[in-house]
Amino acid sequence: MTQSHRKSIRFRLNDQTVELSNIAPDQTLLDWLRLDRRLTGTKEGCAEGDCGACTVLVGRIDSGLLTYETVNACIRLTTSLDATHVVTVEYLNRPDGALSAVQQAMVDNHGSQCGFCTPGIVASLHALWLAEPNPSEADIERQLQGNLCRCTGYEPIVKAAVDAAKTIPSADNDRLVAAYDATTQALLEFADGTGAIIEHDSGTTFVPANVDDLAEIYATHPEATIVAGSTDVGLWVTKHMRDISPVIHVGHLEELKQIKIDETGIMLGAGVSYTSARGALVSVFPQMAELWDRIGGEQVRNMGTVGGNIANGSPIGDTPPPLIALGATVTLRKGETRRSMPLEEFFIDYGKQDRQPGEFVESIFVPPLAEDVFYAVYKISKRRDEDISALCGAFHLDTDADGVVTSARIAFGGMAGTPKRAPRTEAALIGQPWSWETVQAARAVLAEDYQPLTDWRASAEYRMLTAQNLLIRFFLETCGAPARIERHPALAEV
Amino acid sequence: MDAATPRSRTEITGGAHTPRKHDSAHKHVTGSADYIDDMAEPAGTLHGYLGLAERAHARITAIDLDPVRAAKGVVAVLTAVDVPGSLDISSNGSGDEPMFATETALFHGQPVFAVVAETRELARRAAKKAVISYEDLPHVTDVRAAMEAEYPLVTEPLKLERGDIEAGLAAAPRRLKGEMRIGGQDHFYLEGHIALAIPGEDDEVTVWSSTQHPSEVQHIVAHALGTVSNAVTVQVRRMGGGFGGKETQSNLFAAIAAIAAKKLNRAVKIRPDRDDDMIITGKRHDFLVEYDIGFDDNGVIHAVDASFAARCGFSSDLSGPVTDRALFHADNCYFYKDVRLVSKPMMTNTVSNTAFRGFGGPQGMLGGERMIEEIAYALGRDPLEIRKANFYGQGDDPEGRNLTPYHQKVEDNIIGRIVEDLEASSDYQARRAEIIEFNRNSPVIRRGIALTPVKFGISFTATWFNQAGALVHVYQDGSIHLNHGGTEMGQGLNTKVAQVLAEEFQVDLDTIRITATTTGKVPNTSATAASSGTDLNGMAAANAAQQIKTRLVAFASEKFNIPEDQVAFEPNHVRVGNELLPFGDFIKLAYQARIQLSAAGFYKTPDIHWNRATGKGRPFYYYAYGAAVSEVSIDTLTGEYQVDRVDVLHDAGKSLNPALDIGQIEGAFVQGMGWLTTEELWWDDKGRLRTHAPSTYKIPLASDRPKIFNVKLAEWAENREPTIRRSKAVGEPPFMLPISVLEALGMAVASIADYQVSPRLDAPATPERVLMAVERLKAMVSETEISGEDGADA
Repeated sequence: MTQSHRKSIRFRLNDQTVELSNIAPDQTLLDWLRLDRRLTGTKEGCAEGDCGACTVLVGRIDSGLLTYETVNACIRLTTSLDATHVVTVEYLNRPDGALSAVQQAMVDNHGSQCGFCTPGIVASLHALWLAEPNPSEADIERQLQGNLCRCTGYEPIVKAAVDAAKTIPSADNDRLVAAYDATTQALLEFADGTGAIIEHDSGTTFVPANVDDLAEIYATHPEATIVAGSTDVGLWVTKHMRDISPVIHVGHLEELKQIKIDETGIMLGAGVSYTSARGALVSVFPQMAELWDRIGGEQVRNMGTVGGNIANGSPIGDTPPPLIALGATVTLRKGETRRSMPLEEFFIDYGKQDRQPGEFVESIFVPPLAEDVFYAVYKISKRRDEDISALCGAFHLDTDADGVVTSARIAFGGMAGTPKRAPRTEAALIGQPWSWETVQAARAVLAEDYQPLTDWRASAEYRMLTAQNLLIRFFLETCGAPARIERHPALAEV
Repeated sequence: MDAATPRSRTEITGGAHTPRKHDSAHKHVTGSADYIDDMAEPAGTLHGYLGLAERAHARITAIDLDPVRAAKGVVAVLTAVDVPGSLDISSNGSGDEPMFATETALFHGQPVFAVVAETRELARRAAKKAVISYEDLPHVTDVRAAMEAEYPLVTEPLKLERGDIEAGLAAAPRRLKGEMRIGGQDHFYLEGHIALAIPGEDDEVTVWSSTQHPSEVQHIVAHALGTVSNAVTVQVRRMGGGFGGKETQSNLFAAIAAIAAKKLNRAVKIRPDRDDDMIITGKRHDFLVEYDIGFDDNGVIHAVDASFAARCGFSSDLSGPVTDRALFHADNCYFYKDVRLVSKPMMTNTVSNTAFRGFGGPQGMLGGERMIEEIAYALGRDPLEIRKANFYGQGDDPEGRNLTPYHQKVEDNIIGRIVEDLEASSDYQARRAEIIEFNRNSPVIRRGIALTPVKFGISFTATWFNQAGALVHVYQDGSIHLNHGGTEMGQGLNTKVAQVLAEEFQVDLDTIRITATTTGKVPNTSATAASSGTDLNGMAAANAAQQIKTRLVAFASEKFNIPEDQVAFEPNHVRVGNELLPFGDFIKLAYQARIQLSAAGFYKTPDIHWNRATGKGRPFYYYAYGAAVSEVSIDTLTGEYQVDRVDVLHDAGKSLNPALDIGQIEGAFVQGMGWLTTEELWWDDKGRLRTHAPSTYKIPLASDRPKIFNVKLAEWAENREPTIRRSKAVGEPPFMLPISVLEALGMAVASIADYQVSPRLDAPATPERVLMAVERLKAMVSETEISGEDGADA
């Protein structure tokens, strides 16, 4: 191998440095914390990244700055933590041992009842407290999307978040702030430019040094599981008990985290998390804001990547429909060979993508919107937030000076075995005036484009009817008529 | 006593009726509150895992467990033949709930065997290796299908009857029939089930169990082991939520852990994964309510004939008392002149349903409220007017409009005042008018508002459960040790009972240490359920304190040679005549005088009785009341909705701890709202529950809570019965307040047909059900009206 590799990973756990050289590729951070380190404050509620009882903070250097994000320890692989700072609830109190601002506010507002979700909630609110000095109710709700509480009804927890914000984070009242420079230094020293290969009885983990190293390792081990945020792969481990070895981590690779914006469009590296992508995407496509904030919970958005969402080919992935409607392309790489294709062509069939052995998703390119076009993205789910879409639809439409439709790109997730365009409906729109009559006619044609299934998220009948009605919503909104419920209307104005 | 003696403060900290924080709050927020899985394990602890049937209904023709035994780390495999005592774990002793299926699998997910291995992960992996062969039998998962297939009842049904129903229905000026489907609900306690069994000498075993009912677990474990109760100690310090899901459902895990621990002489822990927990354990019962009601043009109900069929699952468990309680609450706050209510506890090939906050009461009450809604839309009136027209009378109502279908008189009725206060404070009438106006001009988004009341009966209907014990020790230094038979699952029971004790002794709350519930200290306890925890255990603790105080008063009287009425417990002191002794100093004197400073307290609820055979009695000691106004918006294109505002006024009597009571109300509201909106249990055609994890089963999030949420206690309320400091139970009653959310959604739907057609929105009202209800009403109004509402001119 061209690159030399360490035989261990190194990271900070609270106030200690940890070096691990013998750890399984599928060892979850939660089990490692609880069973190996006896840090039992972090709880297991679901082991699938949905309830947030296992929330911890992970600090990493992002563009030179140490940033703390919440993650679900239950589905985070321990071997992915090289050069990070893992912070558990046991370390969130103040340097003098007193309760942190968040903890004290939780106590004062009666924010805990059974207490089992509480450490995760404290971790989530601590991250918010560090990042946002004046959180709005929308910010708080968004931060808590990935934290279930069954006792309180959340009201006192939201009040606690508001209360905590009255204290400003400082070196006196927060250990992470106090140790900020030292931790930054330590993490920079860990990230020495070499990768790591961890051998364990149960399998091998590769932590590539850079994307070229990744390409070389993957070409040699095409059977390997590529892991970016492990929001999908984590469940293969915890729920399906699948053997995922060997594992290649890509979530740390700077090259894959690149975001480039210019007049030709936006290039997102495959390792860009939903959280990191938000700013760029939403600044160019404000129509995506609502959807983006409804993908998973905050922890999942911090871990999961757009590239992973595409590469795993879920029929209901939330990112493909809006990207397909925009005409995005995906670039795949194998060794030194790259190829690109329209995103919709990447999805061949249910569970089948146009990806060869050893080939990985390297980047996604999204062209900008032309002026005066209509574009909208709608997600429909049983529960508004942190739910997998029953269906997700995106509409992209252009009209000429006479109001006649000149182009239409419509894509849906949840309506077929793959995220899919609606060619017949598009054809029914093009060349027609953008009018109520045209929409009614096109609405009927949608039934020719899709034959959705019935499952626990929705019946086929509901999916089809709602897809058709979303076309009406789109039409009404292009006419300036309000046609949806917004919990925090200001959110849409990014 | 000299002049330097500090005077007592005028009040103790943390006495009764003060808003104290939860006793474990500090530990919760720092992650230092230990749940069973957090406890240091004894050396050599093994881990059990369950192997489950993969058929909804089938004969088991062969079970090959050799691959399981051969798997890495496996120490033992247990099936029915390894159970030394009774295989039955049914809470009611009916013998219909085997720990392991043997010849027949009765639901998809029924435990067939257990594997014990060196680690939990190895046990989980090994459990997957079993090869079980089946011969399929016909199965049903749905209540209606069970009735059509003439499936048996799991237990005796109940009939409540009063008056002449046939004559009443025939004579009523108006009559209508209908049906309602009400979905079940998973508890989704954040901490799943867990049991840790530690073997002792002889036949002894200690089991740490996440249970609301330690005495029952003790009983079941003893039976399973073929021994007696005095060999088994069951302990629980706290649970990460219970909500009824840990009333009987802990038996399985505790019994298997105990059997394995005794067999292997090593500690054994069992903790199912969340998905397995949701598949293996029972839930709230789904109901199918069928009603035939007679009423007049004023909306006054003359006669009600209704049946309440429930999806009980494969065994009886608590389905008898749950369906009973549904009938007890089908009247809610309303007088039914002629009435017949029957339960149909249907067997189905699903997990055996169990207790869940409200215990059938919510389903019964929702059926009753559906009837009100039907009458209102039939008459074109605001449902609130119909409610008021049917409220029970007050006190000794001369017209006899205060008699329930079970012949108990409603004597403490305050619903009129609650509703009146709330109607005014929430500005209900003006907001309703504004919403109707809004809907006239809004083609896509529609709004709705509803005010619904709650009357909930307090007491176990199994009269013998209405008893409790407590053990109180005062140590020589004046510190106090509190133990009682209730269990802490987040509701703050320990805090409230400690407040009662602090008040009794007049000491600061931090003088009292709350300790883990254990069958070794307080025996023969009842489940911490039916909202009864504080009522029963608070009284028992007060009784223990009073016993000790009686001895202390007699001691002081004798030692200081003063009359007993000159001894008083004052804040952190004891007044003896004119002298004020610090509490600790006084206790030291009592100890030296050989006064017994420990007492076992006891309480039983007075004045209740119930005869199930005749359907008559006074099953409830008192009622708790409340009401809520909910306002919602719906999207008529997609069925999506949000709860815009909720106002609650609730009766907790003279609240022992207003902060904790408000917490119970807010929490119950959101949990009840989840039941009625997004929480949907979904079985596929193979009889598999497909919503068995938070990824597929959606409980409310912070962003689902009412956008404006005003919760108030009725501060003027006081329990007319001499309950603990005149407080009222608060665990379950507020769970039914969000019926107002469902009805508000219904009103928004009904706007489609100008409020002339009953929306008949079933629960849970997922966006899909809301949209389909909208579609149903759209289809009922004329074509021209539709285009007028949704037309291009929008």
